[in-house]
Order: sequence, then structure tokens, then C-alpha cells
Amino acid sequence: MSQDDFLLKAEGIHKSYRMGAAEVKVLKGVDLAVRQGEFLAIVGASGSGKSTLLHILGALDGPDKGIVRVEGMDLSRLSASELNEFRNKMVGFVFQFYHLLDELNVLENVFLPDMASKGILGWLASRGRAKKRARELLTQLGLAERAEHKPYQLSGGERQRVAIGRALMNEPRLLLVDEPTGNLDSATGNGILNIFEKLNRAGQTIVMVTHDERIAKRARRIITLADGKTENRRTTSE
Amino acid sequence: MYKVILPFRYLFQKRISYLAFLAVALCVFIVVVVMTVMTGLVTDFKQKNHQFVGDCVVGTESLVGFAYYEDFVKILEREDFIEGVSAAIKSYALVSPSGTEQNTGVEIMGIDPVRHSQATGFGKTLYYHKDDVSKAFEPAYNPESSGLVAGIDLMLMRDAKGRYAYEADPVEMAFAVSCFPLTAKGALVKADTGLVNTETFYYSDISHSGLARVDSSMVYLPFERAQLLCGMAGPAKRANTLHIKFKPNVKLAAGCEKVASLWHRFADEKGGDKRADLLKKVTVQSWKNYRRAFIAPMEKEQTMLTVMFALVGITTVFIVFVVFYMIISHKSKDIGILKSIGVSNGNIIKLFSGFAFLVGLLGSGLGVLAGWFFLLKINQIENWLFERFGFQLWDRTIYVIGDIPNTIDLKVLAVIILSAIAACLAGAFVPSHQAATSAPVEALQVNQL
Repeated sequence: MSQDDFLLKAEGIHKSYRMGAAEVKVLKGVDLAVRQGEFLAIVGASGSGKSTLLHILGALDGPDKGIVRVEGMDLSRLSASELNEFRNKMVGFVFQFYHLLDELNVLENVFLPDMASKGILGWLASRGRAKKRARELLTQLGLAERAEHKPYQLSGGERQRVAIGRALMNEPRLLLVDEPTGNLDSATGNGILNIFEKLNRAGQTIVMVTHDERIAKRARRIITLADGKTENRRTTSE
Repeated sequence: MYKVILPFRYLFQKRISYLAFLAVALCVFIVVVVMTVMTGLVTDFKQKNHQFVGDCVVGTESLVGFAYYEDFVKILEREDFIEGVSAAIKSYALVSPSGTEQNTGVEIMGIDPVRHSQATGFGKTLYYHKDDVSKAFEPAYNPESSGLVAGIDLMLMRDAKGRYAYEADPVEMAFAVSCFPLTAKGALVKADTGLVNTETFYYSDISHSGLARVDSSMVYLPFERAQLLCGMAGPAKRANTLHIKFKPNVKLAAGCEKVASLWHRFADEKGGDKRADLLKKVTVQSWKNYRRAFIAPMEKEQTMLTVMFALVGITTVFIVFVVFYMIISHKSKDIGILKSIGVSNGNIIKLFSGFAFLVGLLGSGLGVLAGWFFLLKINQIENWLFERFGFQLWDRTIYVIGDIPNTIDLKVLAVIILSAIAACLAGAFVPSHQAATSAPVEALQVNQL
């Protein structure tokens, strides 16, 4: 299989942290490849390094060693401004704790990535289009009525849906999802997972990390992260 | 656009922002009020000192004075940059109300009231003859006799509010003025030479210069009479000072330089004359230099005050720094979120700088408004405090201060506002730079305060 067939490819990823005098090796040569349109779950116990891996894949953090390529582009070779553009256009993050800006309302939180990519004049020229897309996303996510509300006025599930809307705003090639239901009850969590399944069916590539096997099973392929390395377990075709 | 929206939201939706906002407003309020009052006092004091003398003073500190002043006055009057010249006699005397044995030591100044009013602000200091200074030495009750103009504190009492008890007309009073006539060589004139050293003058007016020392010890006499009393009316008449007023468009330094040049040429020409030695002690000075001994302490106080307020400014920067550190620590999660959607470090610094700018601008705006309102009412407040509690900022029976100065200098105001904004930007820079340059993951994982 050639490099061009993969949307994302990580090779020999190493990452360690210092905890006092000790060095904790979290990732010890992780290899990973994700095709366009895949829904991949990375499962691992708490502290296994799955969130660290996700952050490295989305260029929120850098590996100590190893290469991450997205569409054949080596992230380590990108300049700071290219990395910012990568985070803005190529990937969308959904975090366990939603991470919404409390000072902005729901609609503003959703179109924030578009606003962040433009200067004042550029934004003023395109804001109508951006607001329209943000409202469409909120409608798809069942939050059309909540557009003017502040995050603190929403339930956990609603907040997570807003975070999904924000992640999708700039139509990223890759959606990186970190424990998306970790803070939700099972019914609400199930609703969130349904959204991911629906998005994936529409062609969205998703990489999700979770410690919960039941949640991981909603993905089309599962990888286990243990002892700092990955292990392929199954795909839906198996 | 988020760099505009978020700073406003941070300011108005976070209670902690109000702390920074109020800290700035309070500091600006204090600085505006104190600087306005102090600058007002210094400016007023300088103006009064300027009013007391001409723009330029040619003279000697020696009580002997200098000769040939009339020739130099003629030279000066031919110059087109000069508006007025007034020769003055300066000496000391004993004054005693007629019919009493009481003597008071005073400074005397012999002047021509019209010429002196053209060269200085003397005319404006008069009470009864403000509109016709030519009659300053003509007592209303006895116009034929020689009058004197006394410093206001020699004649009138001030009440606790600093107000003088003016009479409708000058009270009929005669004073014996005794001087110490000096020869051109500086010796006391001997008693048997026929020179007059005591004469009676009648109280004709009061002069209120606003300068404590002048108002409490100065007595103005007609020029020729004073010259005679001081032994300076001999064959080579002498005077102590020439007060020179420049035309409005003449710059002080340039005018003084021209006068100095004229004086040096004049002194050289008179070099061989009998009294030429007296010319060597004559100096040409601007009013600022001439009154430096009085102005300098006040300026030093102002400098000290400025230094003190620079320290207040540093404290403000520190307070703002602490408050911003708290706010930005509180906003670490937001910084992480913004980084995760591709916002650059520079734009994060700009965002928080925008927030700091807003805090500085609005805080200083509030401080200025509050300061302006307080200054507008400061004299009413002081009056109320005095009537209610007997409290005065300055005891008016001691200090020659009328109303507390409350005219805001727009330049000072602009400097204060810009300094406040700069303090906020400086206070916000370190924490915002620190937060912006942290790894996005770290920012997302930081526990909020």
C-alpha cells in the first residue's frame, strides 16, 4: 500500500514525560495508519497514552521521535503558522470536557474556527456564509433552538454537540475525538455516538480514543494501545 | 474578529476584570486630582512670580544700585522687540504709623506706577487704582500728598477662609518711612550731609501679588522719592533694577540674549566713566532665573511629587500585573481551545493586549471622569468640610492660597491616560506571553483557579 492511500500515517511515535526525577515512557514506537473515511477507535486503559497519541496526531503536541504524515505531509516539517493552519483547516477536535468558550454563545462557539482563520475585514465579508453554515450544523445536531444560549445554559450532551459542531465548522479532513462520552450518561452518550456514526457514513474520517470497549465497538476498526504500542484487533469487515 | 469580541466579553462578563478596571480607575483618579492641584499651584506660583517682575531683569543685588540706567532705558526703548521698561529702586526701610513709636522692617520698591505696570503685572495687583494706575500714589483722601502702596498683608487681615476684609476706600493713615541711604561707594551717608532719609507717606492702595513674602513685607513708593531716600539721587542717579517687558511674539531666551548683548555693548562704552565700576555687578536675567530662588523649591516639590507618582504608577503596574496574571491563568483553558483551532501565539498575545488596552482605556476614562467631577467640586467640598468639621487642606491664615487650583491640563491628562494604558499593557504582557507560548496541550490541561 502506498503512502497516498492513507489520510494519516504515524510511524515509530515515541513520547515520554518527566515526573519528578523519573522519566515515564508513554508511547514506545507507535505505528498507525488511517484511511480516508475510516472510523477508528483507539482503546486503552487510563494512562496508556491514548490522549497523548491523539494530541500528537492533531499537532497539539509533538512526538519525541517518529513521524506523523497527514495526506503525505510531514507535520514535523511544518512551520508554526503552517501548523496553525493545519489545526484550523485539516483537523477538528472534540474533547471530553467540551472546551467551549463561556463568553460566546452557542452559534459563536460553532463559527469560531472560521472567524479565527480570517482577519476582521475577511470575517465581515464572509460572516453571513459562516453563520449560515453554523446554523445548518446546529440544525443537524438538533440545537437550532439553542443558538443564542450560553454554554452554561446547556446540558452536557448539548455542550458536546456544540463542540462537534465547532469541530466540523471548517469541514476538516480528520475528526479527532477524545473520550466523547466520558462525561455523559449512557443515553446521552449513545446519542453522541450516533452522530459520529452518521458523520462517518457521510464520509467523515474519525479517530476516537476511549477506555470503554462498548464505545469502541461503535467504530469500524479498533486498535488497542497497551504498553506504549498499538495492536490491531478487528475491523467491521472481519 | 474574535480579537475584538473576546476582549469586550472578558471585560464585561468576568467579575475579576472589574478589579483591574477599578484599580486603574482609582489610580488615575488619585493622579489626576493630585497632579492637577499640584501643577495648578506651581503654575499659579510661577505666574505670580512672573507678574511681579518683567520678562527680563537687568539689575544688581547690591543695594548701591548702578548708574547710567537712564541712558540704557533710552537704548532699550528704541528697540522694536521691547514693549515696556521700568526702573526700580530696591532697598529696606523702617515704617512706623505716624504718632506711634512702633517700627516695622519692610522692603521698599520705588517705581513709576505707569511704567512699572507696562513692564510687569503691578497694575493688576492693585485694589483701588486698578483702572488708573497713574494715581496709585495719590491717596483718595489727600491727592496732593505722597502715597504708598502697601503689601496687602501689611494692611489687612485675612479670615479663616483666606478672605480679606477690604474697605470701600483706603483708610486715612500716614506712615513715616526711614531708609538707609548709601553712597555710590556703598557707605552709609553721614547724618550731616543734608540727605533726607525719613519721609511721611499716606496709605493710598494695597498690592495683592499672591506671593506671601511680597504681600507681607513690600511697600511701594514713588520712584523719585525712593531714590532720594536711598541716597541714589545724586549727580549720577542710580537704580537697582530695570524690568523689561517683551512684545508678545518675542521668545524669552531670544529677548534676554538681545538685551544682554545691548547691555554688554553699553557697559563697554561706559567703561571709562566715573561710576563704571558699578556696572560690573549688573546681570541680565530672564524672570525665571531672577526668581529662581523662590521658584526652584516649588519645582523641586513638584519633581518629588512626580517621582512619588511614578512609584504609584509602578505599584499600579504591579497590581494590574497580578490581576491580569489571575485573569489569564483563569483563561488558560480558553487559550488551549484557541490554539486547538489554529490561533497563533501572536494573536493570543494581541487578544489579551486588546483586553488590557480596554481595561486601561475604560479604567482611565472612569478615573478621569471621577477626577474631573471631584476637581469641579473640590472647593465646594473643602468649604463644606471647613464649615462642618473645621478642616482645611491649607490653612488660609498661613498659606497665600485662595481657591484650590482645579483647572485640568489636557496635556497632563493625556500623559496620565497613556501611562495608564501603557501600565495595563505592561502588566498584561508577561502573563499573556507566558500563556501564549505554552504548549496547547498544557494550556488545555491547566486547572483553572
